[in-house]
Amino acid sequence: MIFLVLGLTIAVTTVVTLVTVTRAMNADIANKLDEFGANILIVPKSDELSLNYGGLAVSGVSLDVQKLSEADAAKIKTIKNSDNIKIVAPKLLNIAPIVQRNVMVVGVDFPRELQLKKWWKLNGERPSNNRQAIIGSEIKDQLRLEIGQLFQIKGEDFTVAGVLEPTGSQDDGVVFIDLKTAQRLFGKPNELNLIEVAALCYDCPIEEIVRQTSEKLPGAKVMAIRQTIESKMEAMHRFEHFSYGISAVIVLVAALIVMTNMTASVNERTREIGIFRAIGFRQVHIMKIILTEAFLTSLLAGVMGYGAGLIVSRLVTPMLTMNGNGDISFNYILLGFSVALAVLVGLLSSIYPAYKASRLDPTVALKAL
Amino acid sequence: MPLIQLENVQKIYNTGNEHVHALHDLSLGIDQGEFVAIMGPSGSGKSTLLSVLGGLSQPTNGRVIVDGIDVYALDVEKRADFRREYLGFVFQSFQLIPYLTIIENVMLPLVVTPFARVERGRMAIEILEKVGLRSKALRLPDELSGGEQQRVAIARALVNQPPIVLADEPTGNLDSATSEAIMQLLHKLNAEGHTVVIVTHNPENIHDVDRCIHLRDGKLFVEKGLAVHSGEMASAELEKERL
Ligand SMILES: Nc1ncnc2c1ncn2[C@@H]1O[C@H](COP(=O)(O)OP(=O)(O)O)[C@@H](O)[C@H]1O
Ligand SMILES: [Mg+2]
Repeated sequence: MIFLVLGLTIAVTTVVTLVTVTRAMNADIANKLDEFGANILIVPKSDELSLNYGGLAVSGVSLDVQKLSEADAAKIKTIKNSDNIKIVAPKLLNIAPIVQRNVMVVGVDFPRELQLKKWWKLNGERPSNNRQAIIGSEIKDQLRLEIGQLFQIKGEDFTVAGVLEPTGSQDDGVVFIDLKTAQRLFGKPNELNLIEVAALCYDCPIEEIVRQTSEKLPGAKVMAIRQTIESKMEAMHRFEHFSYGISAVIVLVAALIVMTNMTASVNERTREIGIFRAIGFRQVHIMKIILTEAFLTSLLAGVMGYGAGLIVSRLVTPMLTMNGNGDISFNYILLGFSVALAVLVGLLSSIYPAYKASRLDPTVALKAL
Repeated sequence: MPLIQLENVQKIYNTGNEHVHALHDLSLGIDQGEFVAIMGPSGSGKSTLLSVLGGLSQPTNGRVIVDGIDVYALDVEKRADFRREYLGFVFQSFQLIPYLTIIENVMLPLVVTPFARVERGRMAIEILEKVGLRSKALRLPDELSGGEQQRVAIARALVNQPPIVLADEPTGNLDSATSEAIMQLLHKLNAEGHTVVIVTHNPENIHDVDRCIHLRDGKLFVEKGLAVHSGEMASAELEKERL
C-alpha cells in the first residue's frame, strides 16, 4: 500500500510540476510580449511602392488604393482569437518638409505606441497634447532640434516633447505626432496606412491570426513578421509536447505500479477474501471493498502529489523563466485535476485486481476449510 | 423432508492431469435441529463435504437442497446471499480478521445487510454476551486466547441468526478443556434450535451428538445412531459393520 501511495504521489507530483512550470513559462512569455513589439503589420493593398518604413513598402499616395480607416483598426479586435491580440497601434505615414528637409512624419496614437515600443528610451517627456511631438535621434541631429524647441510642419507649430535615444531602427529618422492631428494636417481624415499589431497565440500559429484578420479586412494586406518571441514560443511548444509525453509515460508507469501493488495486496489477503465470501459477501461486495480502498489511497496520493508538485514547481520555476519568477500560487483547479488524475489511474488500474479477487474460489482461499 | 439434503453428490478435483475423487456419489439428509458429527481420517473428504454442503464448492454432480432451495441452481451472488441467510461457518483456525476488533469481527456478516449500524452493534453485543466475551468486545483477536478466539468465531457465525452452523474441526487447535467448553457452547446453540454440523477428529467431541457420519475415501462408511458414545465404541461398531 505504501508503494502504491508513493508511486501515485510521485506521478502526480511530476505531472503537477510539469503543468505548473509549463504554465509559468507561458505566462512569462506572455508578460514579455510587449518587449518584442509588433509581429503583424497591416497595410492597404496596392501595387505602388511609395514610402519605406523599416524596409517595408507602405503605399498611400496613390488615390485608387483601397484605404485603411480607423474602423478597420477596431475590427481587428473582433476576430475569433481576439484574446490573443495584445496591442493595436494605428499609424499614418507621410513625408513632409521640416526645416527644408523632407522627413517622415508619422501620426500615432501615443499611449498605444509607447505601450508597443517598450524599449524606447525617451529623453524629455511623453506628449501631453496634440501639438507636441517625439523625434528620433537622427532627426534631432539633422534638424538640430532640442527638447522644448518649436518647429513647423505644413505651417503649423509643434514642440519637441521628447527625443528618442538611438534605437537602431527606422524610428531614429521619424517625427512622431498625434494621429488625429496628422490626419487633419495631410487632409486624410480617419485614414491609416499602417497598423502594427502585437499578438500572442499559444495554441494557434500566428498565421491563423493573420488569416482571421485578413478575413475581417479584405481591403488590406496582413503580414506576419517573425520575431524572437516566436522562436521562444516554438521552443515552448516543444517543451510542452515533451511535458505531455513525459506525463503520459509517468501516468502509465504509475498505473502499472498500482496494478502490481493491488494484485499483491489481493494475493496477501486471499484468506481474508475467502472469509468474506464464506460469511455471505457477494462478489460485487468484494470488488467494492477493494475499489473503495483504491479510491481512498488514490485520493490521498492526489492531494499529496499536488502539494509536493507545488513545492517542486516553486523551486524549479525561477530557474526556467526569464525573469526568475517563481511566484506560483495555490490553484484549486489543478488540485482538482490532480485528485481526479490520481483517482482515475488508481481506480482503473485496480479494476482488474479487484475483479480477480472477487472471483477467488472461497474454498481455495480458505485453505483451512 | 430433511432441512439439508444431499442427492448423489460427487466432487472431483481436477489439478493438472490428476483427478481426485473427493466425494463419491454421496446421498445424505440432515434434519432440522440435528447435531451431526462428521468423522473420518485425514483426506477422506470431510472438509469437501462441509463446503459442498455450505454452498461454497460446486459439486461435480448431484444436488444440495437446503430448506427446499437447490443451492447450486442459484447464481453465484444469490448463493452468497443464501450463505449469509442460512449458514454460519466456524473454522479450525478461527479465521478472524486480525486488524478488526472483536466486535467488528462479529459484526462483519452484517455489513452487507440492511441493518443500521446501531442495530448491528446491538446484535453483536448480544451475541458476544451469549458466548461470554462482551467485556472483550474492543480487543483485537491477538489479545485473546485460542478458546476465546474460537468463541468470537462462533459469535460471528451466529450474529445473523442462521438456522445452520457448520464447523470444520472447531476444536482442532484447542486443548481438551477448552475444546470441551466449545462443544458445550455448540450444544447450547443446538438446544436453542440451530442445526449443527461439525467435522471432528476428536472422539471426545462425539459425546451427545445426535448422529455420527463416517467418511472413508469420499464414501459414507457408516451412519451411526445415538448409541455411539466413544471413539473406541464407534470403531468397534465400524469393524462389526464391515464384517
Ligand atoms: N482444492 C483442492 N484441489 C485439489 N484437491 C483437493 C482440494 N481440496 C481437497 N482436495 C483433495 O480432496 C481429498 C479430500 O480432502 P479434504 O476434503 O480436505 O479431506 P479432509 O478434510 O477429510 O482431510 C484429499 O485427497 C485432498 O487432497
Ligand atoms: Mg479437513
